[in-house]
Amino acid sequence: MTAATPARPTGLRAFLAHGAYVLRDNPVTLIAFALFLFIVFCAVFGPLLAPYDPLESNAARALQPPSADHWFGTDSLGRDVFSRVLVATRLDLAISVAAVALSFCAGSAIGAAAGYWGGWVDAVTGRVVDTIMAFPLFVLAMGIVAALGNTVENIVYATAIINLPFYARVARAEVAIRREAGFAQAARLAGNSDLRVLALHIFPNALPPMMVQLSLNMGWAILNAAGLSFIGLGVRPPTPEWGIMVAEGANFIVSGEWWLAIFPGLALMLAVFTFNLLGDGLRDLVDPRRRT
Amino acid sequence: MTALLDVSDLRVEFATRHGVVSAVQDVSFTLEKGETLGVVGESGSGKSVTSYAVMRILDRGGRIAEGRVSYAGVDLRAASEREMGAIRGREIGMIFQNPRAALNPIRKVGRQIGDVLIRHARATRQTAHDRAVEALRAVEIRNPEARAHAYPFELSGGMCQRVVIALALACDPRLLIADEPTTGLDVTTQKAVMDLIAGLTRARGMSAILITHDLGLAAAYCDRIAVMKDGQVVETAPSAQVFARPAHAYTAKLMRATARPGARLRDLLETPKPEAPRPAPGAALLVVESLAKTFADGVRAVKGVSFTIREGESLGLVGESGCGKSTTSSMVMRLLDPSSGRILLGGEDIGTVPAAHFPRDRRRGAIQMVFQDATDSLNPRFTARRAIADPLMRLTALGGRERAAKVEALAEQVGLPLHLLDRFPHQLSGGQKARVGIARALATSPKLLILDEPTAALDVSIQAVVLNLLADLRAELGMSYLFVSHDLHVVRLLCDRVMVMRGGEIVEEGDAETVMERPAHPYTRSLLDAAPVPPALAAETPLMETARCAP
Repeated sequence: MTAATPARPTGLRAFLAHGAYVLRDNPVTLIAFALFLFIVFCAVFGPLLAPYDPLESNAARALQPPSADHWFGTDSLGRDVFSRVLVATRLDLAISVAAVALSFCAGSAIGAAAGYWGGWVDAVTGRVVDTIMAFPLFVLAMGIVAALGNTVENIVYATAIINLPFYARVARAEVAIRREAGFAQAARLAGNSDLRVLALHIFPNALPPMMVQLSLNMGWAILNAAGLSFIGLGVRPPTPEWGIMVAEGANFIVSGEWWLAIFPGLALMLAVFTFNLLGDGLRDLVDPRRRT
Repeated sequence: MTALLDVSDLRVEFATRHGVVSAVQDVSFTLEKGETLGVVGESGSGKSVTSYAVMRILDRGGRIAEGRVSYAGVDLRAASEREMGAIRGREIGMIFQNPRAALNPIRKVGRQIGDVLIRHARATRQTAHDRAVEALRAVEIRNPEARAHAYPFELSGGMCQRVVIALALACDPRLLIADEPTTGLDVTTQKAVMDLIAGLTRARGMSAILITHDLGLAAAYCDRIAVMKDGQVVETAPSAQVFARPAHAYTAKLMRATARPGARLRDLLETPKPEAPRPAPGAALLVVESLAKTFADGVRAVKGVSFTIREGESLGLVGESGCGKSTTSSMVMRLLDPSSGRILLGGEDIGTVPAAHFPRDRRRGAIQMVFQDATDSLNPRFTARRAIADPLMRLTALGGRERAAKVEALAEQVGLPLHLLDRFPHQLSGGQKARVGIARALATSPKLLILDEPTAALDVSIQAVVLNLLADLRAELGMSYLFVSHDLHVVRLLCDRVMVMRGGEIVEEGDAETVMERPAHPYTRSLLDAAPVPPALAAETPLMETARCAP
């Protein structure tokens, strides 16, 4: 690289060009981003696109197998399964995004503080995080929802709490190795207070590995929310939600009505799969070193 | 007799994001039995890639595209992976640049040597330990029985390198490839390690390839030298001849840029320039009185040092790793709180302000620092522009437009092309990153600049340019420098006075020329002796004579 190299595009254009490269470089990332956009599209426009009202029952058409009218069949009350699966995307995605955002913010703040200041901050937060990790996480989430009350908000809080240790640990490790790095020292010399050094200089550099954690956790959070609904906590019928639909549909599998549980289950699987694939791509996107 | 190693027309290619890049092309050299070949070049010249190609351990994406590599008549390019496995270690040993990274951190060093011996059927499980102890004894490690049970982190850098040498030589290879074996080691340790390698290869009749960026080192230990530039060998000749009559302009440039006794700062540059005037020292700027630091674990890193730096004066602080020079500079820099002693800047004691509060202190801008490793000292997510603007934002009251103008003025001052300001650190070369670091340090117009080995990570030709830039800036701005370094020859170029530090104490202090010419303390003398120096430029003497004879 010499001084003679012409200037390259900067700012947003450079970011988009880099994004295009990341997608081209790895077809898996391309598929993951396409699926992610598809899921987001369903969440936003699902209720508009749904061919039937997801709550409207029609006893005359109960338990019909998939057909041209009802792509995913109908359930025991005659509701259209396709419409319900489509409409449920928004709720499931909202729960998991809110939960992951909450635990990302709280967990990374706690972990970054522990990694930067060490000492008693580290000792106290470290033990709290260990305590959370000591419980079987799903049982802990069940306990929290049962104790706080059976609402969607409480599912969000419970999912956020059980995900928090992962962010706290990753952030702590990533910040601790950069605490005495040259650029952190240089930032102090430039007149940045400790908080600024941490927030503006060290933490952004810890983002790439946190992004991988974020997308893995998204999948996990969807599964968790659906799991809680499956066992009857949180979202209540007749609200369309993948977990409840699988739970209700499970009773009918024995009698041959497989479509009730399979389609919401596939939707759940697709969402989890997408978020798990997204991790590497997100990391490549936020790491400036991958840009050349 | 055929040569032990014969490389001809070697071309190595790497598949990268921007297509296929050839890192090495048309490289040919031979190595006779018992001969030591030095491969010299700056970073990116392809010297390491060449040796990796010989060992067939190229990184992912790299491949030998053309050429022939034959070792004792065996074509290494055609050899199967199984055959290469037998050759590596048993026939060709390799010493890596960073000894700590080359050792498995969770396995005792004796075991690691034993593993290699067992792998090449030189020992059985029962005899491996004893043979490993023997190997450690061969590299002159004291108390090898006990050391065999040590983990790498329990050993010093020099000791780790000895273990790596023991590993490389355990199976009595006929060829040893040493890739920058002493980078990161102190000069006295470097001398001990190089003498050991030279002694062992001679005693065992081995051939060796020494890859280094240090011409002095190559001159002292090699029979022949191959100079590499941009993936090509530009010159191969016996050592003495290379130094007496460098055939290629690049070799001459490299030799010129190397700091050596008798050379002045401007002599290092390709194009001569008038020497920058040194500002006349004024009143005392920084007074340090019996400064001491004892860490929480009881280690007394600095045991009461006192010194004065006057306005416009440059003081060199020289010592080996662990001598307390970095701790001292961190305390003066107010990144670390001293245990006792005073730090007076312009008569005010800045040591009383805790390091945690000093970033918000009004005197923060008066004392700044250029870091050792420019790469590490720049935030990977900040563009050069933002890095330079950061101290301006925090420490000055400049508005947005004035700040932007100041950043560009600073970039021009340090010779950084303006179009590079929007690049990230990883898109800049080493010299460019050093310039960004200097511009950032200058942003608040400091009175005292601490230079912490600012050129240690740079190639010699870039080091020469950066040192000259620092001298120009001093003449222009009248700053004082505290230059922290392990290299006396480099310190002498820039400093008026020199302090030599050892074990947390200052053992010698004085005028730079005096300390270099007539060192009073035996430690200073051993430091000077250990630094390998290339033979003086032959071309320089006649040139100066002609200049003098001219009317």
